[in-house]
Amino acid sequence: MTRRIALAVAWRSIHNFLTNPAFMVPAIVFPLFFFVAFAGGLSAIANTPGFDFPNGYTAFQFVFVLLQSAAFGGVFTGFGIARDFETGFARRYLLAASNRSGIVAGYALAALVRALVTWTVLTTVALLAGMDVGGSGVDLFGLYGLAVFVNLAATLWAAGVAMRVRSIQGGPLMQFPTFLVLFLAPVYVPLSLLSGWIHAVASVNPVTVLLEAGRGFISGEATQVALAFALAVVLPVLFALWARGGLKRAEAAG
Amino acid sequence: MSPGLSTQVGQLARRSVLRTMRQPAQIVPALIFPLFLLAVNSGGLKDATNLPGFPTDSYLTFALAVPFMQGALFSVMNAGTDLARDIETGFLNRLALTPLHGAALLSGLLAGAVVLGLVQAATYLIVGLTAGAELAAGFPGALVIIALSVSITVAFGSVGLFAALRTGSGEAVQSLFPVFFVFLFLSSMALPLDLLQTDWFHAVASANPISYLLAAFRSLLIEGWDLGALALGFGIAMAILAIGMFAASAALKTRLVRT
Repeated sequence: MTRRIALAVAWRSIHNFLTNPAFMVPAIVFPLFFFVAFAGGLSAIANTPGFDFPNGYTAFQFVFVLLQSAAFGGVFTGFGIARDFETGFARRYLLAASNRSGIVAGYALAALVRALVTWTVLTTVALLAGMDVGGSGVDLFGLYGLAVFVNLAATLWAAGVAMRVRSIQGGPLMQFPTFLVLFLAPVYVPLSLLSGWIHAVASVNPVTVLLEAGRGFISGEATQVALAFALAVVLPVLFALWARGGLKRAEAAG
Repeated sequence: MSPGLSTQVGQLARRSVLRTMRQPAQIVPALIFPLFLLAVNSGGLKDATNLPGFPTDSYLTFALAVPFMQGALFSVMNAGTDLARDIETGFLNRLALTPLHGAALLSGLLAGAVVLGLVQAATYLIVGLTAGAELAAGFPGALVIIALSVSITVAFGSVGLFAALRTGSGEAVQSLFPVFFVFLFLSSMALPLDLLQTDWFHAVASANPISYLLAAFRSLLIEGWDLGALALGFGIAMAILAIGMFAASAALKTRLVRT
């Protein structure tokens, strides 16, 4: 039953995404834009002393943009949940669904499909732009696997906020912490080249581990794989609890 | 300016300033977001100063130009959204029934952008200098930076007014934000033009007026007084303002006919 609810909710969200350019175009264009701006505009950074990433700056930035698009795919799904509450559609979901966890699962499934569309376009553009991939098929499976977990974690985080606030005005609450945690990681250079407060913050930021593992996958040099996947599993579990709390609040609010 | 026109501008300017100051949701993100990016970028890209030809040994000084541009981008949203709300709520329709001059409406609405521009510029400068950025042009340079920042903020605000009058929708104005961000990212925001290695990116950034607005700020922060860079910066700001006001005036005529 839960599966049927999840599939029904997911189908509606995916249909809205694929048929409404206002949803689909930004989801595809923004990651591409970040990729172009970072990989194109900052390519000289690869010449700085100590920058030793073997596959070039394009591949280095691709991993960040991939994980960023995974996270923001989840956040944008949170916007959709908030909009459904604003319009009253989510209340109909709550009335109709016998197992309401299936609603959250459906949104998460839709977020993943959205992300897969974005990643397909992003990867194609990166390869056409001459991105050097050193990793094997298994490594790339690991990279996209990490991205799936990041997408799930971000969706559950945003869903928890959306179901508590139940208004699109909660958008900044979903977006800003995600933005913050992503950009307080080694975005432009490896962790070893950061110094001062940003190094201290990035050293304890879990996104750093995910980024370094992802960059290890694309270069074919495994880095912190076990820790990255442990985090990738723990984060969605924690945010699932957060989302469950949000669902209970929404149920209580009627 | 005739007494009647100055009264109209004054009344609308007062309303615009009060409305801006009473909306922390407009002011706070316009202050916090650029400073956050300044902190992150100046920490993350510090090693870029080791590149041969980088104009300063302080990336913070180089990056301090960027918040002024990001702050100006917020003025597009703020000025445009306020006017769009006036259209959506019917306030513009009521104004249309009065003998209000179109120029007074547009000038008055930009008063809020002027105040926000002043607050932003002073905040970015104080925070930047406190954090260790250099200001080669000294105190007079600080005044010119504030003047340039306000000019750009007002110029971009006029584009926001045009967007609001053309679309009549606050949501449409908000959706312009990423478009303007594209202009910022495809400029010499992170590295000087000379150090942009990717050919197409170098070509786009060289043709992007934002690069020259950034260069005007950087001339005062890094070099001292470069009159050519300053003239170009102020010239571009004035050109954007002239185009924005012309387009907004035309859109206002159409909007008033529609209503």
